[in-house]
Amino acid sequence: MAAEPIRETRTDNMMLNMGPSHPAMHGVIRIVVELDGETVVSSDTEIGYLHRAFEKEAENATYNQVFPYTDRLNYVSPIINNVGYALAVEKLLGLEVTERCKYIRVLMSEISRVCDHLTCIGASAMELGAMSAFLYMIEAREFLWELVEQVTGARLTIAYCRVGGVKADLPENFEQEVATRFQKVREVLKDVDGLLTRNRIFIERMDGVGVISKEEAIDYSFTGPMLRGCGVPYDVRKANPYLVYDQVSFEVPTQTGCDNYSRYLVRMAEIVQSMRIVEQCFPKMPKGPINVDHAGNVMEPADMVDTAKIGKTHDLPLIQLELSPNLEGLEKKQHREVMAPDKGVVLPAKNDTYGNIEGLMNHFMLIMEGWGIQPPVGEVYQAVEGANGELGYYVVSDGMDKPYRVRVRPPCFAFVAGLHKMIDGGMIADVIPTFGSINMIAGELDR
Amino acid sequence: MGVSDFFTSKLDHIVGWARKYSIFQYPFVTACCGMEYMATACSHYDVDRFGAGLPRFSPRQSDVLFVVGTISHKMAPVLRTIYDQMCEPKWVVAFGVCTCTGGFYDNYSTVQGIDTVIPVDVYIPGCPPRPETVLDGLIRLQDKIQHQKR
Amino acid sequence: MSETTSVTPESTSSQPPAESLVLRKLRERFPDRVLETHTHRGDATAVVPRDAAHEIFRFLKEDEDLSFEMLTDLTAVDYLKMKKSPRFEVVYHLYSLTHNHRVRIKIPVTEAQPEVDSIVSFWSIANWYEREVWDMFGIRFRGHPDLRRILLYEEFKGHPLRKDYPKNKRQPLVTAKM
Repeated sequence: MAAEPIRETRTDNMMLNMGPSHPAMHGVIRIVVELDGETVVSSDTEIGYLHRAFEKEAENATYNQVFPYTDRLNYVSPIINNVGYALAVEKLLGLEVTERCKYIRVLMSEISRVCDHLTCIGASAMELGAMSAFLYMIEAREFLWELVEQVTGARLTIAYCRVGGVKADLPENFEQEVATRFQKVREVLKDVDGLLTRNRIFIERMDGVGVISKEEAIDYSFTGPMLRGCGVPYDVRKANPYLVYDQVSFEVPTQTGCDNYSRYLVRMAEIVQSMRIVEQCFPKMPKGPINVDHAGNVMEPADMVDTAKIGKTHDLPLIQLELSPNLEGLEKKQHREVMAPDKGVVLPAKNDTYGNIEGLMNHFMLIMEGWGIQPPVGEVYQAVEGANGELGYYVVSDGMDKPYRVRVRPPCFAFVAGLHKMIDGGMIADVIPTFGSINMIAGELDR
Repeated sequence: MGVSDFFTSKLDHIVGWARKYSIFQYPFVTACCGMEYMATACSHYDVDRFGAGLPRFSPRQSDVLFVVGTISHKMAPVLRTIYDQMCEPKWVVAFGVCTCTGGFYDNYSTVQGIDTVIPVDVYIPGCPPRPETVLDGLIRLQDKIQHQKR
Repeated sequence: MSETTSVTPESTSSQPPAESLVLRKLRERFPDRVLETHTHRGDATAVVPRDAAHEIFRFLKEDEDLSFEMLTDLTAVDYLKMKKSPRFEVVYHLYSLTHNHRVRIKIPVTEAQPEVDSIVSFWSIANWYEREVWDMFGIRFRGHPDLRRILLYEEFKGHPLRKDYPKNKRQPLVTAKM
């Protein structure tokens, strides 16, 4: 018996509130969708739930104090944020960092990018029910975080860069460590590739979903994997090479599907490219003093200060200082390699700070409020390729020791602004994979 | 001590023991700490060993509210609503220094510690806390649940 | 900001002479409208008046030699403490995918009349960027379809990135009720 159509049913559209606290809204965002049945008629996105006033804080901190705040912008790939800000300030100063430092920055940025893509793919797979892929990816990320920890001393919020250099040199045997960890990461990637790339459920949820045309993507200033998933090979590392990206070979993967599945494929291919860059860096990097045999006595910093107090300073600069583990990689010989030779910007090596009056004065001059790094009056815009796309820093200096204005151009601000283009007209369940594929990071979205 | 007192204190002990190993947590994840929360929850550190492996994304079904990450003034009413929706008995864990005190964000938009909005049972410091610190905080919470007067 | 042409090492390879092409074409097309052009550290900058903004942006987007398809960034700076007059500047960063060049356009805005024309009709992303500038600086955009706060809440009074807004002046929505 055919069912009679129920004429009395009300057919008003329904407003549904997704977020701000929703399991699939990584971070905090609120999407208000208007539903007709299960179809999204229109949507409105509200952001700002994680507004932490980065730009105001940066105006009230000295140039080097801004680094910890930049870590917390895109907290999945903090090193790239560090590098972007450091490059912007160095551009303002007209300062060039050392060759080894450039390679270290590139290498660490790419490790960071791999972490970011692993998290993004893992989380969006989990939201589609593929919990195992998430667990694998997070495990792989854990291997890389151990690498990051060896270099920077922290897992996540690392504050590794300084204006004019990096905090410390790479540890010993880092190349071997990278090789073993990458081996594990590659195994995980192979597993995940097998689990997802040809998985019919995964493809049906991702393929042809969250489509945005190339023209619209450009109109909304999409960059990074989102734009490359629309077939535009725009990558800041190729278009405006910074650091040593013009000296390593890598490809810019693109896909033409303009949908979630294309973005997934682009990210998977980028992980491979990033690991390729890291491996190229080691043979090209100028040999640091890591392999140099340190001759001479080893002295505790406190002893060195005492010796200096009684006037025995003439041979102190030659003595190797035993630094606390926190300062490992910043001994005097390494300092030369990773920091630019500019006394007005870079803190002196700890040997000099503890060992002689010039070093101590130099240190004080840079630390004291109202002194420090004072770039000339001016403004610069520096873009780097963040994990999500073009990450730009616009820094204005008034000639004082604090930045007058720091503006971040967060890549995912554009994606979230264009989100309604991707979800309107689709099904409510498709909001989740689309939102997962844009990899929104609330820290950089709301700043 | 009478016989009835003996039984009620034993019963309290058993109830506390049962509760502390069946923590259904609501992860109120907002920011960077969420990355470490994920790391703690996944296989490497495995929070399941402490009976807290199953996050519930509905406040009605959860006992412990994990407030993970900075709370802004725009977010504070949402946090309050979530807290009010949870059923008794409930506990709150402030995960990371931003939730404890506001951390180094001392500005117009950031709540200076979530205890200005909701009561807190355990504070886990760190920016973000390492997974070991998180597990330590979880053990302290279990201890508190075990010895809580009912 | 003088006529400096110093270029940082990072940008030597990436800043072709096309930079000056943008500024040259702008000056040729609008000789009496462009207030000032300069290149500092390799960043080409043009300062234009408020009332010429629309025709200049149209030219930048539609001219074949320039074709700035992408509005990379839109923000503002409050020059209160640098005692610059007028007080605000709205800053646009444009990028051309076709020609791989960038330009920065600045529009001075007075404190008495903090208003510029909206450019949502040229680049859709401007919608959110302009909302953010309104939220943070209190600069209005004429012709914007939906100018409301974006990062902060409607109850918030004032515009926090103005230099005269105290850094830690809080306006909480809820307080403890224990």
